[in-house]
Amino acid sequence: MRYALQKVVFYVVAFWAALTLNFLLPRWMPGNPVDIMLSKLAQRGPVTPETREAIELLLGTNSQLPLWDQYVQYLGQVLTGNLGVSVTFFPAPVSQVIGQTLPWTIGLIGISTILSFLLGVGLGQLAGWKRGSWLDNIIPVTTMFQSVPYFWLALILVFLFGSVWQFFPINGGYDVWETTPGWNAAFIGSVIYHGTLPALTIVLSSIGGWMLGMRNMMVSTLSEDYIVTAEAKGLSPRRIMTTYAARNAVLPSVAGFAISLGFVVAGSIVTEAVFSYPGIGSALLQAVGSNDYALMQGIFLVITLSVLGANLIVDLLYSLIDPRTRARA
Amino acid sequence: MTTVTSDPAVAAAAATRTGRASSLPPLTPKLLAGLVIAGAIILFGVVGPFVVGSPSKVDNIGLSGPSPEFLLGTTQTGQDVLAQLAYATRGSLIIGAVVGIISVALSAFFGVVGAYAGGWLDESFSLFSNVMLVIPGLPLVIIISSYVQDKSLLLVAVVLAITSWAGSARVLRGFTLSVRSRDYVAAARVSGEKSWRILCVEILPNLIPLLASQAVFAVIFAILGEAGLSFLGLGASGSFTWGTMLYYAQNGLALRLEAWWWFVPPGLLIALFGAALSLINFSIDEIINPKLRTQTRAARKGWGLSRRQLKAITTEDEL
Repeated sequence: MRYALQKVVFYVVAFWAALTLNFLLPRWMPGNPVDIMLSKLAQRGPVTPETREAIELLLGTNSQLPLWDQYVQYLGQVLTGNLGVSVTFFPAPVSQVIGQTLPWTIGLIGISTILSFLLGVGLGQLAGWKRGSWLDNIIPVTTMFQSVPYFWLALILVFLFGSVWQFFPINGGYDVWETTPGWNAAFIGSVIYHGTLPALTIVLSSIGGWMLGMRNMMVSTLSEDYIVTAEAKGLSPRRIMTTYAARNAVLPSVAGFAISLGFVVAGSIVTEAVFSYPGIGSALLQAVGSNDYALMQGIFLVITLSVLGANLIVDLLYSLIDPRTRARA
Repeated sequence: MTTVTSDPAVAAAAATRTGRASSLPPLTPKLLAGLVIAGAIILFGVVGPFVVGSPSKVDNIGLSGPSPEFLLGTTQTGQDVLAQLAYATRGSLIIGAVVGIISVALSAFFGVVGAYAGGWLDESFSLFSNVMLVIPGLPLVIIISSYVQDKSLLLVAVVLAITSWAGSARVLRGFTLSVRSRDYVAAARVSGEKSWRILCVEILPNLIPLLASQAVFAVIFAILGEAGLSFLGLGASGSFTWGTMLYYAQNGLALRLEAWWWFVPPGLLIALFGAALSLINFSIDEIINPKLRTQTRAARKGWGLSRRQLKAITTEDEL
């Protein structure tokens, strides 16, 4: 219980740090984001005084309020979910834009990350068990896949499967012409069909790391004394591999899984740029392209919040799997 | 916090070997291949720009394939791809080197110093690195990049370094905690050595393999990170790197027009350089963790057994 509390407190602190960073960044940076944004908004339609005030609070301004008061007001505004108005998708508020794009990203990225993790850990377990076998010698090759720039690999795959041998659609999240979004079979099928290629590229580029980490831990675990004992007792090799060695060897990978989630959400930005996927990464890039600072800050906050949430869940699960973490807390 | 490190006791066993010569990694084929490829690419980045022509000179033969005049063909506006590649290699290597140095310095400071000092300093350092670790880096880099319009290569490198040191600081901290509680460190403390001397003379040498592998990793991360950033159009303005080359190739529809000589080389060079560095890293890993060295095919060859005995062992392993 104490361990869980510690964790929750840590993530609250981390979130507060992210909020503060979000508050200070536009104020530190050169240029005047408020004026740029307000002039862009004015082109789209009348700007109400409330909107003006909200944007000034979000992005900093030369107003007479002391910084501390601005900060308190900003925190209040963010915690009530008012993130300002988007320029790119005017007049939609930022929170609505995020609400529409986030499910796409979580679906695509979440599923492909979990797939990659399960496959990588499974293969790594086998490679560590049969050291020096052909599977073990593949590992350097898969690790090299990691040093291939992700978007380059993705673009080449898009070129091959999308243009040369038209297996898969090359952009979008679903078939805009044929289907209507909702819980119908045609739409869901279309989403899966459009998501296959991006998911494949993510799995290909991230599986090597999981394999290598699991393989090395497996090798270390196999030289422990209790494995020898298990062999001496005459247990079947399969049982030793799965319930004796792999269960302990997988622990660092599970902890690494939490950390990698952050990289995954970040990587989604590039994925969505390549595939024009209607997720949060594309929205961020559009915001950057049109100096839509309110949307940018909002998306950064939401990405951070989701990464922190995922980390918290993995950490709490980890304490269930590995009692040593509870003992240390 | 849960620290994830390889078992420190294992690493300690590796670090207790005596002599300076044996602390260098043995020259395995893996290491040799890695060093040769990385060396060749570095040489190309250093010497190349002096040999090739101007990378931005426009010519009236656009999108021509490789020819004796232009060894790697030309871009849309007739610029020499090979010349661009040489300058891009130099740019990317500079980014990699700068980020590698800064992030290793940062992670060593926050990881090693904190863990050695202990107490509230350690608590606050470790809290700081953990917070930095969970705040996603790339979105932050993108946002910072979009506020600043004219970016130099150095600025991009510094921003990348700031967002990438936390992971290795955590690993270093875990390892330092285990080294610090060893007997010889206690002996040095009792005999009245100053703490900075204990840190530099007793503790740091044991961390060198780990620091080296973290540095190599940081360089790979930086080069890939810069490539991604440039590909999104947020890289350093007016400079040549592998990432900006790919960005222009993508915008010039190089793939659609099947101009592979423009799109493939930069990506391939990144992949090759990354692969070479990972090979070097594998060799360093085997020093840090000697258990990874035994029982591989290469090791079995060195036992001097007959082919039949080897076969018996292999089948026994695969039961």
